[in-house]
Amino acid sequence: MHPAISVIFFTVMSGAGLGAIFLLGLGWPMPSGPLAAFLICLLAGGLTVAGLMSSTFHLGHPERAWRALSQWRSSWLSREGVLSIVTMVLFGIYALVWMVTGERIAWLGFVISLLAAVTVFATAMIYGQLRTVPNWHTVWTPVCYLAFALASGMLLVAGIGAADVLLGIPVAFWAAAALLVAWVAKLVWWNRADRIGFSTTGSDTGTATGLGSLGKVRLLERPHSGENYLTREMVHRIGRKHARKLRIIALFLGLAFPLTLAFVAMGAGQPAILFLIAFVCMMAGLFAERWLFFAEARHAVSLYY
Amino acid sequence: MTLLPEKTGRKLGLVIDLDVCVGCHACVVNCKEWNTGGYGAPLADSDAWGDNPSGAWLNRIHTFEITPEDAPAQIVHFPKSCLHCEQAPCVTVCPTGASYKRADDGIVLVEEDKCIGCGLCAWACPYGAREMDPAENVMKKCTLCVDRIYNENLPEVDRTPACVRTCPANARHFGDFADPDSNVSRMTAERGGFDLMPEMETQPVNKYLPPRPKARPDAEGMLAPAIEPKANEGLLGWIDRALERLG
Repeated sequence: MHPAISVIFFTVMSGAGLGAIFLLGLGWPMPSGPLAAFLICLLAGGLTVAGLMSSTFHLGHPERAWRALSQWRSSWLSREGVLSIVTMVLFGIYALVWMVTGERIAWLGFVISLLAAVTVFATAMIYGQLRTVPNWHTVWTPVCYLAFALASGMLLVAGIGAADVLLGIPVAFWAAAALLVAWVAKLVWWNRADRIGFSTTGSDTGTATGLGSLGKVRLLERPHSGENYLTREMVHRIGRKHARKLRIIALFLGLAFPLTLAFVAMGAGQPAILFLIAFVCMMAGLFAERWLFFAEARHAVSLYY
Repeated sequence: MTLLPEKTGRKLGLVIDLDVCVGCHACVVNCKEWNTGGYGAPLADSDAWGDNPSGAWLNRIHTFEITPEDAPAQIVHFPKSCLHCEQAPCVTVCPTGASYKRADDGIVLVEEDKCIGCGLCAWACPYGAREMDPAENVMKKCTLCVDRIYNENLPEVDRTPACVRTCPANARHFGDFADPDSNVSRMTAERGGFDLMPEMETQPVNKYLPPRPKARPDAEGMLAPAIEPKANEGLLGWIDRALERLG
C-alpha cells in the first residue's frame, strides 16, 4: 500500500496525543497552576489535533470532510471522526475547568480516557477491518495501535508530569514496561505479517480470476502499459526495498534508545529531560514503523497485476 | 446511507464469457467514451498525450496465461469492472454516505457531490473496481450505465450498458440475476458461471463463464479420422507405390 505521509503523521501524532490524554484523564499527577494546566493541555490536545488535521490533507475534497461524521453506523472512519471530536470537545471542557478552578474533574477524566482509547481503537480498525489487506486484518493491529499510543503518551506525560512514583512503582519503570509491551505486540504483528501472505483467505491469482482449477494462472499482459491509480495506491513496491533496515531503525529509535533512557532515568533521579528525549526518539521510530505498516502491506488487487 | 440493503428487488449485473472474449478492448474504450459524457464528472486522464499517460477507467482487460499440468498453455482475456457485490465492502466503509447500493436494482453507485476522496472504498474492494478521478478527486466506478439502461430517449436496443452494447464478440451480457429465468441466470446455470474471489465474502452479482475445454493435441478429436492423410489407398496410394518402385 502507498505510504501517504499525511496518514503516517496522523496516526503517529494523534496516537501519542490521545495516549497522553488517556493518562491525563486517569489523573496522572501534574504540576499545579493555570499556566501549567494550559501548556499541558495544549501539548496533548495539540498533538492530537495536528494529527487529525493532517489526515484531511490526503483527502481529494477536504472541504467536505464534515460529511464523514454521518455514517458512524457502518464506517470505522466515520466513527473515528465522531469519537475524536467528542473526545476533544470534552477534553477542552476538562482543560478549561482545570485552568480556571485548578481542579481536575475525576469522572469527566475517566470518560475522556475511555473515549481516547476507543478513538485509537477506531483509527486502528480503519485498517484492521480490511479483509483485502491480510497484514492489517488481525486483532493485533488495534493492539499495536493502542499499545504504541499508550507508550508514546506515557513518555510524554512522564516528561511533563509531576509524579516520581505511581502505585509504588517508579514512573521510569512504568514507561519501560509500556515500551516493552508495545514492541512485543509489534514483533508478534511483524512475525505474523512475514508469514501470512494471502493465506488467511487462500486467495491467489487462481481465485482472483476463478481460473485456478484449469491450471497455473499468470498475468501475461496488464490492461494498460502505464501505471494507474490502483498500481500506484495498492501495488506499491518501492517502500519495501529497505524494509529490513527500516525495521532496525524503528526498533532502535522506538525501543532500544527510549528504553535505555528510561533505565538511565531510574538511576539518575528521573529528570524530565530524559523522558522528553525518549519521547522524541520514539516518535521518530514510530514514523519508520508506520511507514512500513503501509509499505509492506499487500493488497488483494495486486493478484491481478 | 452506507448500510447495505437487506435485500434488493432486482440484482442487475453482467455475465462475462471468458470463452468468447477476444481481448479487443472495445468495451474498455466504449465504457470510457460513454462515461466521460454521462453520469457524474467526466472520466479524466492526466498527461494523456505526454510521456506518462494515466487516467481513470471503469473497465479494464487483463490477459492471463493458464498452463495446465498436462497440456500447452492457453490465453484468457479477462475483462474486469465493478461486480456490484451483494455484500459490497466498499459501501459500508464509506464515511460520508457517498457510496451506496440501490435497494431496487442492486446497483452500487457513488454520489460524487458527497465524496471526500479518501480512497478507503478502493482499499476495501478486492477487485480494483474503483479508481480516483485525477481531475475531480472523487471516486469513480462502473454505474452499470444507469444513465442508459433506464433511458427512454434511447432506442430500446441501446438500453443496456455500453460495454455490452459494443462487444463485437457478444462476450458480455446484461440482465437480472434475481430472476431465475433471465438470460444471465440461465447462462450462469448452464455454463457453470463463477464468482471472483468468493473467499472475500463479497457475494459478487456479476458472474464469469469459464473457457470451454480445449481439444488436446494428443487426444483423438472428432474430426481426426477425416483429416488424417491416407497415403496407402486411392490415387495418393498409387502415386506413393509408383514412386517407391522408382527406387
